[in-house]
Amino acid sequence: MPRSLLWKLIFYAAVSLFAILLLVPTGTTQLPRWWSKILPTEKIRLGLDLQGGMYFLLEVEAQKAIESYLEQIRSSLQEGLKERNIPVTKLETEKPGQIVLEFSGSKDKVDRLLSEQRFSMIRELSSATLSGGIWRVVLVPDSKQVEQIKRNAIDQALEIIRNRVDQFGVTSPEIARQGTDQILVQLPGITDTERAISLIGKTALLEFKLVDEEGNLEEALKGHIPEGDVLLYQKAVDPRTGAVSKIPYLLKERTLMTGAYIRDARVAINPQFNEPYVTLQFSDTGAKLFEQITSANVGKRLAIILDNNVISAPVIQEPIAGGMAEITGSFTMDEAKDLAIALRSGALPAPVKVIEQRTVGPTLGQDSIRQGITSILISAVLVVLFMIVYYKFSGVIADIALVLNIILTLAALALFRATLTLPGIAGLVLSVGMAVDANILIHERIKEELRAKKTIRAAIDQGYYRAFSAIIDSNLTTLISGIILYEFGTGPVKGFAVTLSIGILANIFTAVYVTRVVFDFYTLKTKAKQLSI
Amino acid sequence: MQLFRSGTHFDFIGKKKFTLWVSTFAILLSLGSIVYHGGLRYGVDFAGGLLIQIKFAKPVDISEVRSALDAMGHKDATVQEFGGENEYLIELEKKSENLEEIAKTMAASLQERFKGKGLEIRRAEVVGPRVGKDLKTKAMWAVGLAFLGILIYVAFRFHQFAYGLGGIVALFHDVIVTYGAISILNLEYTLSLLAVILTIIGFSINDTIVIFDRVRENIKKVKKEDLVTIFNISINETLERTILTTGTVMMVVLILFFFGGDVIHEFTIALIVGLITGTYSTVYIASPVVLSWERYIASRGKRKKSL
Repeated sequence: MPRSLLWKLIFYAAVSLFAILLLVPTGTTQLPRWWSKILPTEKIRLGLDLQGGMYFLLEVEAQKAIESYLEQIRSSLQEGLKERNIPVTKLETEKPGQIVLEFSGSKDKVDRLLSEQRFSMIRELSSATLSGGIWRVVLVPDSKQVEQIKRNAIDQALEIIRNRVDQFGVTSPEIARQGTDQILVQLPGITDTERAISLIGKTALLEFKLVDEEGNLEEALKGHIPEGDVLLYQKAVDPRTGAVSKIPYLLKERTLMTGAYIRDARVAINPQFNEPYVTLQFSDTGAKLFEQITSANVGKRLAIILDNNVISAPVIQEPIAGGMAEITGSFTMDEAKDLAIALRSGALPAPVKVIEQRTVGPTLGQDSIRQGITSILISAVLVVLFMIVYYKFSGVIADIALVLNIILTLAALALFRATLTLPGIAGLVLSVGMAVDANILIHERIKEELRAKKTIRAAIDQGYYRAFSAIIDSNLTTLISGIILYEFGTGPVKGFAVTLSIGILANIFTAVYVTRVVFDFYTLKTKAKQLSI
Repeated sequence: MQLFRSGTHFDFIGKKKFTLWVSTFAILLSLGSIVYHGGLRYGVDFAGGLLIQIKFAKPVDISEVRSALDAMGHKDATVQEFGGENEYLIELEKKSENLEEIAKTMAASLQERFKGKGLEIRRAEVVGPRVGKDLKTKAMWAVGLAFLGILIYVAFRFHQFAYGLGGIVALFHDVIVTYGAISILNLEYTLSLLAVILTIIGFSINDTIVIFDRVRENIKKVKKEDLVTIFNISINETLERTILTTGTVMMVVLILFFFGGDVIHEFTIALIVGLITGTYSTVYIASPVVLSWERYIASRGKRKKSL
């Protein structure tokens, strides 16, 4: 047989074999040890709708990062102004992103303060004199700085969330940035929505504030909160009744220390009550700071606050050196574990909001798989039978191409680590139906040529030649649709676009090239005078 | 095997006056339905809101689920049977920032109310308002781009404006009628149905190109006939292929319809409608458009029917 035919046969056989090998990992759970050394071991990834799990889209509220940055500058400014004895009548942050300062006296002193290094990223937007010799200066952060902060906030949030998910121990999670300020998280196999959201979405800002022992709690509850104080609550759950109550605390607003100084956080169990709690290990600077704070405030209560909720407020018995602290607070084991993870990974620089969430339970996933597989099998069988009945032996050749088509598409999914979803299975089924079209075009052409009394070889040649342009045109246009859908779709629909597109490419390959080779081989070997078509 | 032994000679194009009425009627009906309903019934994907699919181990009637939701204050939630026995789909269309909370409380209340009935949450989706709006914009872009991409491709391959025009008009027809069917059948317009629209666009032009390809070939071959006859010949010649292909794809989609499960049910219904109009539009929209255009051009002066 001609060399080119032989090479083609070998090539296609090799491709088919490779494709089948790519699919083996999906079929079995036990691979022999030598397998991973030379062959790929990717199973086909199942979408969430087939294996169950959670999908979130988080939006990073970067604006809040700007606000807290501004707040830091404001308090720094306040200290600076106090140091220089500048009488201030007003120093507040105002939306959108401005600091308003009203003071009396000469502006020079303030200008000199503002020229310090630590205020280099804010600049004066406007200044005016009001009546009574009072200056009003509006300060804004440098816009490049603002952009930088926003970008950093999002990058950081991405890192922290990735960190938390890693520690949570999910197999093959997916965390990716989407657009400018959104983060996509996929957790296959996880269905405890609340726990997952609270772990990932929790800002986890840990703060230490002193309890204001002199302040009047009752007055504060009525709304008269003393200057420099803040009212926060502790959530208490009565273990017997399960009733939830809120205990108020009047705290000094100034945050003495934050969770940024934590080097490590672990879960431990109190042997007496069998209750889990979290131990903190501060960094060296943190340990020193903590020692300072506790030395200066022996006998007072230090409130431990997480995301503006008081967890506990133990009395400082003695100065604590060594940088270790405990957070107790009637946690469940899961809550303690998750808190430790959140503290270890660090606080989110800005809050994240869940803007989209999808959860698929495992049973639905299994049902969907079952339905999907049933559909593929039945349609494959019917189409195969149809081709044989209608085109006889040529139908068998077309069927070989069809089966190869499916195998190639699935293998490509495994190789490129694309995800198979339920609509993806529909896409596969659809591309099988459309694949048949190419074969039908070719066969109908061949029949026409045979009817025009051409020889078998000539008929086959003409059939392929004439049908080729129509096949390419029609497949390419469907491919255009598939690619656009891939770009614009998400989740399950993206899976549909993927299998449809890959199916089309595989189809062009198998329908045009592979079947041709089989035809050529057949006519060469059998020297038939009549073609069974 | 051969469906048509000695070739067919149906006068397809001749029927075009009648079918023009059919098409116009279909388009008016579709647009009318959409306008009447004030737009499509957007699913949670586009409109924002929440969706919960629940299944009970013990028998629970749909009216019990409805009254439970009413009692929670969710009078605007819809409940429908979905999937198997005692399985329901609850949907609440709402533009709110607190959908998470609402979903959580709803799930908890349902658990309370139906304690002992083995409530299982099969799937839950929460889509915030901004995401929904973003998606709607993206969807429009997707359809627009698909049209543009295909117009460029057909113009490139067939070199003559008439054919591109014919293909695009056919596509418009198919997209309108499919949306119309979605509206009339009160299907929920979700991302999956958008996928159907894009697939139909691909399939319809696919079909159209096969015929145009044959026309192109026949124009070269049969120089003496007029364009109408050439079109008829071409359609007749490819009739077998058209029936077989559409038949096969339809068979496959019907299998999906019966065996694919409820999650993709509406998807397959829309696909069936699209397939039918896709095939129809090739013969009765695309071809007449080409013929009319060519006639119009010819009447404006000499023009060769070359490609």
